[in-house]
Amino acid sequence: MTKIKSLADLKKKKDDLQSKIALREKSDKPEGRVQVKVAMATCGIASGSKDVMEYMVDEMDKRNIDAIVTQTGCMGYCYAEPTIEVRLPGQEPVVYGYVDLKKADEIIEKYIRNGELVDGIIPVNYQTIEKNK
Amino acid sequence: MAKFNMHMLVCAGTGCRASSSDMLYENLKKELQEQGLENEVQVVETGCFGFCEKGPIVKVIPDNTFYVSVEPKDAKEIVAEHAIKGRQVKRLLYTDPVNKQQISDSKGMGFYKKQIRIALRNCGLIDPENIDEYLAADGYEAMGRVMTEMTPEEAIQVMIDSGLRGRGGGGFPTGIKWQIASKVEGEQKYVVCNADEGDPGAFMDRSILEGDPHSVLEAMVINGYCIGADKGLIYIRAEYPLAIKRLKIAIKQARELGLLGKDILGSGFNFDVEIRYGAGAFVCGEETALIHSMEGERGEPTFKPPFPAQSGYLGMPTNVNNVETFANIPVIYNKGAKWFSQIGTEKSKGTKVFALAGKINNVGLIEVPMGITLREVIFEIGGGIKDGKKFKAVQTGGPSGGCLTEKHLDTPIDFDNLVAAGSMMGSGGMIVMDEDDCMVSVSKFYLDFTVEESCGKCSPCRIGNKRLYEQLEKITKGQATTEDLDNLRNLCGVIRDTSLCGLGQTSPNPVISTLDNFYDEYLAHVEEERCPAGSCKDLIRYEVIPENCVGCTACARNCPVNCIAGERKQLHTIDQSLCIKCGACLEKCKFNAIAII
Repeated sequence: MTKIKSLADLKKKKDDLQSKIALREKSDKPEGRVQVKVAMATCGIASGSKDVMEYMVDEMDKRNIDAIVTQTGCMGYCYAEPTIEVRLPGQEPVVYGYVDLKKADEIIEKYIRNGELVDGIIPVNYQTIEKNK
Repeated sequence: MAKFNMHMLVCAGTGCRASSSDMLYENLKKELQEQGLENEVQVVETGCFGFCEKGPIVKVIPDNTFYVSVEPKDAKEIVAEHAIKGRQVKRLLYTDPVNKQQISDSKGMGFYKKQIRIALRNCGLIDPENIDEYLAADGYEAMGRVMTEMTPEEAIQVMIDSGLRGRGGGGFPTGIKWQIASKVEGEQKYVVCNADEGDPGAFMDRSILEGDPHSVLEAMVINGYCIGADKGLIYIRAEYPLAIKRLKIAIKQARELGLLGKDILGSGFNFDVEIRYGAGAFVCGEETALIHSMEGERGEPTFKPPFPAQSGYLGMPTNVNNVETFANIPVIYNKGAKWFSQIGTEKSKGTKVFALAGKINNVGLIEVPMGITLREVIFEIGGGIKDGKKFKAVQTGGPSGGCLTEKHLDTPIDFDNLVAAGSMMGSGGMIVMDEDDCMVSVSKFYLDFTVEESCGKCSPCRIGNKRLYEQLEKITKGQATTEDLDNLRNLCGVIRDTSLCGLGQTSPNPVISTLDNFYDEYLAHVEEERCPAGSCKDLIRYEVIPENCVGCTACARNCPVNCIAGERKQLHTIDQSLCIKCGACLEKCKFNAIAII
């Protein structure tokens, strides 16, 4: 192993290593970050949500967007898979359907970066238990 | 390189390991491999999460799902459901004991709500056997900054300003201790880490060394730089094998990266660490005894002064700090003395780790800000008393501490308030007792410990504690008089005032505090020959209540000495001359037909 020879060396090494535990530190405070949920049930995976998931994880990193990408179960929109839910900090979540890699790119650039809604939104037409209380 | 989008953190502390968390870890890895997910999901063995009551713990990131009481066989379901389908395994979630609701995120649990984790910051977050993870979590940055940007005087000033006090029990200001050691001249100086954790029930030092060993090493280097020492020694008890193993790995990794050894980070400063093993004597937690033990002498204390700072290990200036104290230090330099001193009370800054044990729902390791009340610790974090029984007392400070009662529940916990209330902080053991605990027996238990652990050097401790124990035994047998109670109190005072070291000076505390707070109970034993809590065997007897007995024979079948007679569907009777008062009949009876009288 090469030795760390100065404080600057140490800081550089830390920057290189930070991604190893960044996920753990980030997920402790999800509120201030972009949260993306990719539906990864059988229907989603069959329609290619796995690729979308990987793409989202990689691209967020590459484009320096502070986001948490998680997988979730079936949202019920099996006809529109792959579906993803995007929640910008402090906003209501928005669900997009028929998300392929091109669409994902558009969502990242337009919606996540600039807050512009793009085509393909599925209106959420059900209530969840929490909201019903 | 694998890019993980999910992390599974498996607790690998001694507690969870005892419940097979190491097998669980292997199973999770195997299962992920079978499903082809080994490059997407990372399984990490971390230090203790603190919630030992519900171990083994698995925390899944990024959705922060906190699984409790996970068994090795659950690995398949976690991978199939959570990793593949993104669905939580509901049956493994924590259920709140009060409102019966399932909580998936640890942040929502009462156990974690009031905690601030500073010393335990990396426990349950990083892999203690991988230095890269410690470096990623700001590891060794404080050390680097102190060595390149500060003079030793400036660095000591930060320590003084932070207000950090020794966490091993004494509560001496750490910065002042360093300042004294830095000013003493000596050809060779030493930094010693006291990892001889001896209080019954306390395990914070072990958990820190198991979960975040590098934080202690980093702080020791800083300490060495400040006082001009280039050698560090860690005195750890040999009965902590996992902590020793992880410490050795950490030292090796730090040496390989040049974070220990010669010319650290190009600063020209040298420092290295050695491990010394203790044989597990309580008195060796006292710093002079600890130093003698390391020198190969008997582990016996000597009179102070001279303090170790003047003449310590091999007669050289030595600074001794406890594990938890060291674990706080890197963060103080990273976040600043001001940040640290804002937490806590006026004279006790920061947080304290407590080991919650006894008759409480959430047994475990917690870190709370100084100034929190006992009520918050016991009823909110601890989740209240087991089986809905009534709170009676809480013992803090181990064998050197005392019992606090209901009237102390709203006292803010800090070094000075605990002493004023007749107990002490000690190393942070907290044993909760309910209505079934006899306070005379509790003090007898601690005295038994002290008698065993007294090194025998000075007579007040060696003989006095033995006599104290005998008096207490007399009381629990119902053979004492009220005069004995007065003698008991006198003897406590003599031992406290005349013993050589901290062990003897504080050993009567459990007796004094119970005499103060539960004198009625002592009187009941002496005057009425009765144990109000029903636990002193010589003062109680088990009887069958005829109206309730249906003759099911459960008690008779379970009696280990066959002293219960009676035919089926007939009234049973207990032969008192043979009964050993084990309580098995009471436990087995479903009809409340056995009573303690």
